[in-house]
Amino acid sequence: MDEYIVLIVSCIFVNNILLAQFLGNCPFFGTSKKMETAVGMSMAVIFVLVLAGVITWVVYNFMLVPLNLTYLRTIAFILVIASLVQFVEMFLKKSIPALYAGLGIFLPLITTNCAVFGACVINIDKEYSFMKALVASFSFAVGFGLALILFAGLRERILLARVPGPLQDTSIALVAAGIISLTFFAFRGMV
Amino acid sequence: MFEAILAMLGLGAACGSILGIASRVFYVYEDPRIAEVESLLSGANCGGCGYTGCSAAAAAAVSGSAPPSVCVVAGFETAMEVGQLLGVDVGSAEPRLSFNECDGGHRAADKYYYIGVNSCKALTAMYGGKRECSIGCLGQGDCVKACSFDAIHMGPDGYPVVDGNKCVGCGACETACPKDILHVQTTSDRLLHFNRDIDALSPCAQTCPAEIDIARYITQIREGDYEGAVQTIRERNPLLLTCGRVCPHPCESYCRRGIEEDPVSINQLKRFVADLEMNSGRRYPIKCAPNTGKRIAVIGGGPAGLSCAFFLRRLGHDVTIFEMMPKLGGMVRYGIPEYRLPKETLQWEIDGILNLGIECITNVKLGEDFDIQSLADARFDAIFLGVGAWKDYSLRVDGEDLKGCFTGIDFLSRFATHQQGDGGTDIPIGRRCAVIGGGNTAIDCVRTLIRLGAEEVSIIYRRTRNEMPANEVEIVAAEEEGVKFAFLAAPVQVIGDENGHVKQLEYLKMELGEPDASGRRRPVPIEGSETLVDIDMLVTAIGQGPDVSFRDKEKDLEALNITRWNTIDADNEETLQSSIPYIFSAGDAFTGASLVIEAIGGGRRAARSIHQYLSGDEIKPVDHSLYKRHIPESLFEQVDGLQNSERAKMPELPVAERIKTFEEVDLVLSEETARKESKRCLNCCRLCYNQDAA
Repeated sequence: MDEYIVLIVSCIFVNNILLAQFLGNCPFFGTSKKMETAVGMSMAVIFVLVLAGVITWVVYNFMLVPLNLTYLRTIAFILVIASLVQFVEMFLKKSIPALYAGLGIFLPLITTNCAVFGACVINIDKEYSFMKALVASFSFAVGFGLALILFAGLRERILLARVPGPLQDTSIALVAAGIISLTFFAFRGMV
Repeated sequence: MFEAILAMLGLGAACGSILGIASRVFYVYEDPRIAEVESLLSGANCGGCGYTGCSAAAAAAVSGSAPPSVCVVAGFETAMEVGQLLGVDVGSAEPRLSFNECDGGHRAADKYYYIGVNSCKALTAMYGGKRECSIGCLGQGDCVKACSFDAIHMGPDGYPVVDGNKCVGCGACETACPKDILHVQTTSDRLLHFNRDIDALSPCAQTCPAEIDIARYITQIREGDYEGAVQTIRERNPLLLTCGRVCPHPCESYCRRGIEEDPVSINQLKRFVADLEMNSGRRYPIKCAPNTGKRIAVIGGGPAGLSCAFFLRRLGHDVTIFEMMPKLGGMVRYGIPEYRLPKETLQWEIDGILNLGIECITNVKLGEDFDIQSLADARFDAIFLGVGAWKDYSLRVDGEDLKGCFTGIDFLSRFATHQQGDGGTDIPIGRRCAVIGGGNTAIDCVRTLIRLGAEEVSIIYRRTRNEMPANEVEIVAAEEEGVKFAFLAAPVQVIGDENGHVKQLEYLKMELGEPDASGRRRPVPIEGSETLVDIDMLVTAIGQGPDVSFRDKEKDLEALNITRWNTIDADNEETLQSSIPYIFSAGDAFTGASLVIEAIGGGRRAARSIHQYLSGDEIKPVDHSLYKRHIPESLFEQVDGLQNSERAKMPELPVAERIKTFEEVDLVLSEETARKESKRCLNCCRLCYNQDAA
């Protein structure tokens, strides 16, 4: 049990996928201008990342490893994730239209989200068991959501601040992201 | 190698077939037109339209919740194509533009000194902003930052200026503004707007029954933009030539300059631009929304009917006017004499309205030549009832139907019909004429009689000059022209000679008693004060009401409620919908005899309700309505920072000349005088105004 708590804390804070591993920066800057969109994006990522983490683990351990084709990992994962997102989109549209409408445009955007791909690869590299891969995927996604929502709140305030001309918008966002990233380094000693 | 290729092919095939099956299993019917519309849109996924991406916008356009012009980037041609594809009229493709309501800016007083971040949103969080005015522009430029099209810049006076050529009407500025100052509107939206207590309004614009944006058009005159001024007036009032001549301008009583000295001559300025257009030989273009295909019958071609027809036409509906007299204009044509409003001028104005594509059928009377059922058979979708108040009240004394006795409206309209060469016979004019009544109709009668050569004309009124409801200028003009006034006199009987012709009028002298419901002191007769005057012609003009006899001639109209004053009843005086849902009413037929400008305002109000009715919306009054109210904070006790200036004097024909003809008495201001007068306007808003330069 302790193992899992450590895993969760390390995935959410210590190895935060955005602020410690620097994966998924495009949606991090693209969708953090408004709190509303940030929340939508976070939910979509949590949803897709858990599914993708589990399915890629299965594909890797039950197909690529027995066939000795582990070097095809990258291309196989991309194919699987892209199909998965498409599948989820169709499924939601039919079965849970409300959730589909809620996630809106963010669902298809995740097809090309490197945070999702990165988390799946980390699961494999660290040789997690199936349960661990599931928990880790969920925690990575929560970490992504946490960082994104924190950052969106921050950017809404930056909008009201007097920022020198050359630093406005994305520049100041990058600076702020760097500083948050530094503060996340403080979690390093924890685990 | 071979294995790898095989594995990838297998994985691909597996994914593909799962997706293929899923697309069957999870198939959701989607209108194929959505994809077609999406292919027409820009594909920029910019979100400028307010939808998440182009596909969402396309879905909204197909479902009808967004207009064909939903895409703010693509422009008019795309809107046309989308409209064609969906088979809908691009009616709603009227261009949307951002309008800034506030031109206070730096002029407005501040509550506190602010050195925080330059954002309106942040500033609003501190006691609603630094301005004393609760609704005014804060001037930090959130709208400028919000605009992706570089169409707004912060003007030198501290409020944003919109560049109409660059604005695409995306609404980003409206969303960004925390003060509700910027409004993205179509022309139709502007025509349908009524004063609200949260608007930036000057006291005069709050007072005007037609809600003309007075401060704006006077500013346009000051800047020399005469066409703009005419357009501003036309957003509220299609009869500017008429009102510029006959309106008693209630607005001027609320003019802020009028608190300290003479008010701005608002109506003269209106007349100045209106005459300028007429004399320029060119009609300024009037924008109409694309056709909606809905048909409305307007019964009564008076000011209310013309106004209602004008605004409905501008909203894109088909309008037909039914008029009982030979020509359009109603009481304005047949009740107001030539010397106050030349018929040629009126005709020019009416022609301009009809030119928009309004049909009219004259010489037909409701209840005689057609009825409501025949209109329903002719497939009209809604009916506007603006039949006016043409029935004179009778004096109810003995002998009032003797030869030589007339009633006011009957006399004026019969005379006007004959004067305009539309048939009828000449009315024999007496030598000694008496007119009973103290309203504008009575004054019109005496001034007409003088011009017709009556030797002695007197007004008999049961109260005093102070209580006369007629316009002050009219009373003065009548006095100048030599009319005699007998005040505190109540007729008791009319005495005829042996031929049945009027010979004498007997009246009782009165004194003023307690104030009555109207606030005027009630006249009380003095016992034994009977007086006789010799007359040979009598006109009674003691008021008039609507003629609702058409109601008795049609069974279906029993459901049409009328009030005890014979006016048409409506559940709500702001929606003007009668007890029969498709019938609307305004003007004198609804209010009882009242001002032209009141009828024009009512006509537009009815047009709004009819438009709601035809669009299938709920018919409801305006939110935050300012109907017949003022914003308390905008009414001042005193006004600081004014320099005395002289009000423009209205040029008029000399008395000796004018009593011989029906030539127009009041003349128009010269351009120089008008410009000078326009500078007297303080361009007021709720709280702030331009102080005079010291």
